[in-house]
Amino acid sequence: MTAMSETRAEPIVVLTDVHQSFGDVEVLKGVSMSVAKGGVACIIGPSGSGKSTLLRCINGLVPIQRGSIRVADFDVHTLRTDHERIALRKEVSMVFQQYNLFPHKTALQNVMMAPIHVLRENEREVRERAIALLRKVGLAAKQDAYPGELSGGQQQRVAIARSLAMRPEVMLFDEVTAALDPETVKEVLNTIRELVRDGMTCIIVTHEMRFAREIADAVHFTDGGMIVESGSPTALFDHPQKERTRAFLSQIL
Amino acid sequence: MTRQALRERVAGSFTWRLQPAHGVAIVVAFLVGCGIAQAQAQRNDPAILETIWKWTPLLARGFVFNLAISFLAMSIGTIAGFFLGFAQISLLPPVRRGSFFVTHFFRNAPWLVLLFYCMFLLPFQVTMFGITVPIPDWTKATLGLALPVMANVSEIVRGAVQSIPTTQWEAAASLAFNRRQTLWMIVFPQCVKRMLPPWMNLYAILTMATVLASIVGVAEMMTLTQRALAAENRPGLLLAFYSYVLLWFFVYCYPIARWTVRLEARYAVRQ
Repeated sequence: MTAMSETRAEPIVVLTDVHQSFGDVEVLKGVSMSVAKGGVACIIGPSGSGKSTLLRCINGLVPIQRGSIRVADFDVHTLRTDHERIALRKEVSMVFQQYNLFPHKTALQNVMMAPIHVLRENEREVRERAIALLRKVGLAAKQDAYPGELSGGQQQRVAIARSLAMRPEVMLFDEVTAALDPETVKEVLNTIRELVRDGMTCIIVTHEMRFAREIADAVHFTDGGMIVESGSPTALFDHPQKERTRAFLSQIL
Repeated sequence: MTRQALRERVAGSFTWRLQPAHGVAIVVAFLVGCGIAQAQAQRNDPAILETIWKWTPLLARGFVFNLAISFLAMSIGTIAGFFLGFAQISLLPPVRRGSFFVTHFFRNAPWLVLLFYCMFLLPFQVTMFGITVPIPDWTKATLGLALPVMANVSEIVRGAVQSIPTTQWEAAASLAFNRRQTLWMIVFPQCVKRMLPPWMNLYAILTMATVLASIVGVAEMMTLTQRALAAENRPGLLLAFYSYVLLWFFVYCYPIARWTVRLEARYAVRQ
């Protein structure tokens, strides 16, 4: 923990006045935030407030119109070629609400694919690492199962292992428990807890308020494409300053 | 919407279903044809089945030719159709628009017209480096049939690739796969299962269509049947002979149709 707090000072993700629109619809209307290395930022807010889009902007899946996004050594908003975007995505990995595993590959193959074909690493080493990662998420026994044979929670944990196999600096989680049934939510949250303990930088979009309060260094409440209020979990959940935040929390908690 | 129409919409191309009842109908037609032939027979005419049996080796040779044309046309059409299909999802607008135009031109042109074009526009021989290579009629017919196959395969490929959810592309992109890798390693392998049933459907339709080559004079089964009938010179044989030809095609195509249905059912459950 001491090592972690030493590195806390330097921000690894910095967003400045980010604007993003789909056609005529303005989704993000000037979002600024930063996440320290090893830090955990949770983004909460009603659906349609631009949370998912915000994550997709950070790893360059969605282009932005104005503002700037800096992740590690990359200026995400200026990346133009495939080559540059791919370099970024080795640093920032994303886990999706619907898992999005590759259905024609086994769990192990899902984890191994990107390191072998994108990072061009040695297959035997990748296999060892992939098996270790599956063990870490508690699915060593399921390495040869196809996604269709796994439960939602298991699929999501494979998806997390798959992202980790790229050895990213930053992990983005997009409502990763929203599609799961209540019993399996816990196993996925535990996996994320472990990652945070290991010092991974995480940006987490979630509806699990208790989880956010427990794990986050900073919580950002978004509404209408803007960050309405940011603060430490205790500040934001116990003493929200803005009326909109209070209204949202009173409905959820 | 009727159930059939719904299924056709889901399949993306018109579905083609052979059922056992079709086989029964053909056999009945054949038996009726034999009866007619027997009734109209002159005193010294040989028995109808004997006559058919006599011509069967020749007709079978013609049928093998039909199959050869169908294999070749399917192979050429499939390879060309793959390129055309991938060109249809190209990121370059001119490539995409061009291949879209070609695909829909050949998909919507009558097969027989394409066959005539190939028959009469292609030369009967080419001379290259002083060597003259003849182009036999059946080669031209094969090319003529390969064109609509190509266009249909192109649509099957495009449809299958676009039926893969965009979330797969997104997941691949977030793992730093490039477009080519995503297409070949992630999207396309998932398409194969979806493409197989419509592709087999297309093959069965093509096999039926090979008899069109008789119109342009290729010596396939239909042409040979006409010759046999001319040689026998007994109008009473017509129904019996033509239903006999139909029976051959049914016996060949029915297992393909059943297999296609089974594959479709199997792949409809997963995903």
